[in-house]
Amino acid sequence: MYQWVSLLSLWAIPSMIAFILVYGWHRRIPVYEAFVDGAKGGLGTTVRILPHLIAMMVSVTMFRESGALELLLGLLRPLLDFLHFPEELVPLALLRPLTGTGSLAIATDLIAQHGPDSFLGRLAATMQGSTDTTLYVLTVYFGAVGIRNTAYALKVGLWSDLAGVIFSLLVVSWVFG
Amino acid sequence: MLNYIWLALILTSLVVAAVNGKMDVINEAAFKGAKTGVTVSFGLLSVLCFWMGMMKIAERSGLLEWLARALSPLIRVLFPDIPKGHPAMAYILSNISANLLGLGNAATPMGLRAMEELQKLNPNKQEASPAMCTLLAINTASITLIPTTMIAIRMQYGSANPVDIVGTTLISSFGATLFALLIDRWYRYRYFRK
Repeated sequence: MYQWVSLLSLWAIPSMIAFILVYGWHRRIPVYEAFVDGAKGGLGTTVRILPHLIAMMVSVTMFRESGALELLLGLLRPLLDFLHFPEELVPLALLRPLTGTGSLAIATDLIAQHGPDSFLGRLAATMQGSTDTTLYVLTVYFGAVGIRNTAYALKVGLWSDLAGVIFSLLVVSWVFG
Repeated sequence: MLNYIWLALILTSLVVAAVNGKMDVINEAAFKGAKTGVTVSFGLLSVLCFWMGMMKIAERSGLLEWLARALSPLIRVLFPDIPKGHPAMAYILSNISANLLGLGNAATPMGLRAMEELQKLNPNKQEASPAMCTLLAINTASITLIPTTMIAIRMQYGSANPVDIVGTTLISSFGATLFALLIDRWYRYRYFRK
């Protein structure tokens, strides 16, 4: 099983590149010029995203380093204990929507501490793998096209993060518990 | 909404740091955060340019249009506002497939191209359209078939079977995505009824 999965993810990108190039060549597209032309667009998109990312990273880093995150964790603890949510995973669940690299570091740390095949290790991996960094996605996607009013997108993202956390807990308890 | 979140994050940090006497940390954190923003952007720059170049070839050769037509029935259920055969569909589809395969660095460029196409269809350029919100919902919940990063980390720490989380990740991300789509519909209904 593992060999198949790793083979699939190993081959996915190279075969996609090969297919796009061969098909383009077959349709007599000047592939090199088309590539350069398209790649130019990446520069503009990055420039548009940059200020949004800086703003977001500043606030998230300040929130984490000032101790405000810890305070929030402390306030939420009684509620989480009531729900029988594993205490070790609270920082991961809370950080997941805010920062991708931050939550990845926490998940890695949990796996290192408790072992990859422990209940907590598996739960951390599932939780990290099954949701994405809402604030980052929102910043980058809306920043790239200059949307100011995000309508209800943030609410939907945060609710689905919560759903991801709860589903992970349920599924991992059910399969490995 | 983002305005309030941003303001709340920073002001809370300032107050907490003041109470804890950690103002020096704040000074450092602000610029460390700004630096992270730049680092992340530059990390994105390379993959964005690469995939946008590749997708340009796919676009000119007609591959994207073919993909959009072939799979439009599926996308139409999720995005009823997108006209048939519109390039946005192909990009949305590429974005979802890249997410499925755990190819995060390919998913973002496709998602951004999809956003650009959706922005062309958007009557109010300042405000997110319903289709954009649905795309966001799919990406924040992100159905994952192969969680590549987590498999690699589990391998690194000597797991007996690094892929045994594939099933649990698939089920819980599928559940979260389904939930995200439902809640997206609910908010859309509420938001546009006003």
